[in-house]
Amino acid sequence: MSTATMGGTPMSTATVGIAQPGNATRSRWTPVCPLDRLDLDRGVAALVDGVQVALFRTADGLFATDNLDPVGGAYVLSRGIVGSRGGVPTVASPLHKQVYDLSTGRCLDLPGVAVRSHEVRCRDGLVEVRLRQEG
Amino acid sequence: MSYGRLVVVGNGMVGQRFVDALRARDTDGRWRVTVLGEETRPAYDRVRLSAFFDGVGEDELNLHTPDDGVELRLGEPVTAIDRDRRVVTTAAGEYAYDALVLATGSYAFVPPIEGTDLPGVFVYRTLDDLAAIRQHADGRRTGAVIGGGLLGLEAANALRLLGLATSVVEFAPRLMPVQVDTAGGAMLRRYVEELDVSCHLGVATSALRAGPDGSVAALELTDGARVDADLVVVAAGIRPRDELARAAGLPLGPRGGVLVDDTCRTADERIWAVGECAAVDGTCHGLVAPGYAMAEVVADRLVGGAATFPGADTATKLKLLGVDVASFGDAHGTTEGCLDVTFTDPATRVYAKLVLSDDASTLLGGVLVGDASAYPTLRASVGGPLPAPPLALLAPAGGGAGATTLPGSAQVCSCNAVTRDDIDAAIAGGATDVPALKACTRAGTSCGSCVPMLKQLLDAAGVKQSTALCEHFDASRQELFDIVRVRGIRTFSRLIAEHGRGRGCDICKPAVASILASLGSGHILDGEQASLQDTNDHFLANLQRDGSYSVVPRIPGGEITPEKLIVIGEVARDFQLYTKITGGQRIDLFGARVEQLPQIWRRLVDAGFESGHAYGKALRTVKSCVGSTWCRYGVQDSVGLAVALELRYRGLRAPHKIKSAVSGCARECAEARSKDFGIIATDTGWNLYVGGNGGFRPRHADLFASDLTTSELVTLIDRFLMFYIRTADRLQRTAAWIEAMDGGLDHLRAVIVDDSLGLCAELDEAMARHVASYSDEWRDVLDDPVRLRRFTSFVNAPDVPDPSIQFTEERGQPVPAPAGTAGTRQPVALGMPEVRR
Repeated sequence: MSTATMGGTPMSTATVGIAQPGNATRSRWTPVCPLDRLDLDRGVAALVDGVQVALFRTADGLFATDNLDPVGGAYVLSRGIVGSRGGVPTVASPLHKQVYDLSTGRCLDLPGVAVRSHEVRCRDGLVEVRLRQEG
Repeated sequence: MSYGRLVVVGNGMVGQRFVDALRARDTDGRWRVTVLGEETRPAYDRVRLSAFFDGVGEDELNLHTPDDGVELRLGEPVTAIDRDRRVVTTAAGEYAYDALVLATGSYAFVPPIEGTDLPGVFVYRTLDDLAAIRQHADGRRTGAVIGGGLLGLEAANALRLLGLATSVVEFAPRLMPVQVDTAGGAMLRRYVEELDVSCHLGVATSALRAGPDGSVAALELTDGARVDADLVVVAAGIRPRDELARAAGLPLGPRGGVLVDDTCRTADERIWAVGECAAVDGTCHGLVAPGYAMAEVVADRLVGGAATFPGADTATKLKLLGVDVASFGDAHGTTEGCLDVTFTDPATRVYAKLVLSDDASTLLGGVLVGDASAYPTLRASVGGPLPAPPLALLAPAGGGAGATTLPGSAQVCSCNAVTRDDIDAAIAGGATDVPALKACTRAGTSCGSCVPMLKQLLDAAGVKQSTALCEHFDASRQELFDIVRVRGIRTFSRLIAEHGRGRGCDICKPAVASILASLGSGHILDGEQASLQDTNDHFLANLQRDGSYSVVPRIPGGEITPEKLIVIGEVARDFQLYTKITGGQRIDLFGARVEQLPQIWRRLVDAGFESGHAYGKALRTVKSCVGSTWCRYGVQDSVGLAVALELRYRGLRAPHKIKSAVSGCARECAEARSKDFGIIATDTGWNLYVGGNGGFRPRHADLFASDLTTSELVTLIDRFLMFYIRTADRLQRTAAWIEAMDGGLDHLRAVIVDDSLGLCAELDEAMARHVASYSDEWRDVLDDPVRLRRFTSFVNAPDVPDPSIQFTEERGQPVPAPAGTAGTRQPVALGMPEVRR
């Protein structure tokens, strides 16, 4: 798959734009790994500035969220099954199967529960992540 | 109507229903709602409390959905109401209110009998009560229940399930005196005594006596009898929790309860009461349906409506001790000039009575014992003309009078006041299954007894009910299996493109992965298949709560050499793993990080071990007793057979896990009858049992065939397993599969012994292919650098172990360090239809 189809990730960019309007101190882009280290429809965990990030590559693009499952309290979200619910790209926690919207981090099964989503892009075959700051 | 601060005292079923009803109406959030609950748990389904003993977890009983607009404070009982200042007081402080709703419920009445304060005497009201009962029952033999009403019989069943020899003491001359008449009570008693519950009727308990350990040991009855009981449940009725209202000077009903009018308002215009604590026009109601009605009335009033309490429907339908009992309307025939039609069948042990108006045209009420299938129709017909001739209605199986004979105005769900017209309108509006009807009408969401009628109404409207696997596939698992097999589909992406929609999910992906694996599509981590596996299959190990994994090497039949035992010990020591012997006669090694898994496997594989598939919906183990080789009683070589069977079926992917065992004689030390397929030796061969399981709902396997030779046995098991794999639903164990099969065990025999469907050759061939194509999944990963690449904690830091996995020591072994660094644990709502493990 070419990087052109992977580079868009419009949803995660939009998320960051909303979360940090005019924030001058947002963190830098960190290169993580070559794109071919990400299997389609599967996640991996990465360490970005000491933060455990879950990276997913799906047919809808790249996504990045916290790796911490906020319900189970373990760092496992990257190992969940990727899919869709009603057209929304999702990952299901491998611990107790709560489903999260990959583009916003919102839990679709438990109101009020969410994980942070991070910015992710592909440049010259390298996957890069920019952390979203704490709310 | 003025709005402002709304305080709700109590978070039981009715309190929660009130909050839900108010929030649904108060869409602008004009009421700021605070709920103060005495129990530390949010609202749960007390009607289904006994399900706790069937293994139903707290999560499944939960009725509370988080709502940002409601402040819920649990474990904070209200201690006083100051009506002048309009505040309520708790240990934590004061809460001002503009409106106050009391939903304090009731407490279990304990009659003044000597000894009710002894250890081992309980009431049956909260989850904590049930947990305490279960704990006390451990190691004890006898139990008794004071009270033979509805709750008393529920409690008696619970004690039975806990393994206690159980007695029931009821002051009235019959069981369930409020709901059933004398003849119905007699029929009920026959059922109950057949379950070895002894009934002491028409007597009272005069004292409870302690044993040598100081806890209760026996009941003394007023007729001089003595009943042994190491555990006593008092179920002698309930009393309204009206103490707050009483102390605040609010008028009470003649028999207690906060006196309210038909709008559920107390004498203080700012204070309302709902549920079991309320005495509507002087009468308390101990059922949930009238409580829900009160909740709706007050919610409506608080947003300016004019609802009034419509009166209580006291109809009841229960399954008590496995016996269907129902009572509705004027069950005791107290209406002037009414007529009884009764039906008693001692052979099938069914008793039914209908109470009709003096001209026999109008149904007034009735009692059903033994078969309550006609209840939904009858209850909905109370006050109206009979839907069919009385005897047709009373004949077992309902006489063909279903929901479709009901008039549009009849209530199908009286818990939530939903009429047939409401249901038909929802179906016309696009509801295509029972969950959709529940969501848009609330019918069937309380006691559930109307669910069969909902299905009938869907059928009558020509709606074909869905067997769809999930939102991505309209086909059932069995249909998908046939599609994949017949069309030779080998990838999920082709299957979903041609037969589904969307991207898949955590339901359909593992189900399809299992189908592909059962049909022999190569290694489960090859290419796209890897993306379908849940984390256990993806890492070929079992995920634990802290994010680490456990490793289980196969030990066929539980037989292992000293050298191999030493290797397991060395591996566990070198990788600092926690070790535990499993129920399947093997050894589980806990606490491995993903990057350690291949290193651990390397050591194990080099020593001759292979994957035990503990992580898969697959054959787990074939347990065995030591058999004729050593045992004085053994008649066959059970270990040899167990090893052969485990090696034959290892790696076989199925709709759910499969367990087996072989016992070398009828003493059955291997517990083969608790397995999906179990084998017990006879003097001349083997007996095969199928459809057993332990776990959530234990079930003994049924005898399928007797005195088989080893090769006959293996052929039958081959076919049994392959037929199961082809036709079972997702996550359906063999027991549920056989139970759901038309014709049950006889049909299964016809298919795999007599070849009634002409399938046997195909099934035999499929198993032969499986046996020939087996290879060890661990070794396959070790041999493949691309697959090995996945086994790192971090893609950008392959040498960094996951810092969140930390251990502490317990009894000389590593165990997960308590959570704290790793986020806060929260209660988990599990939406799983089946057993979790």
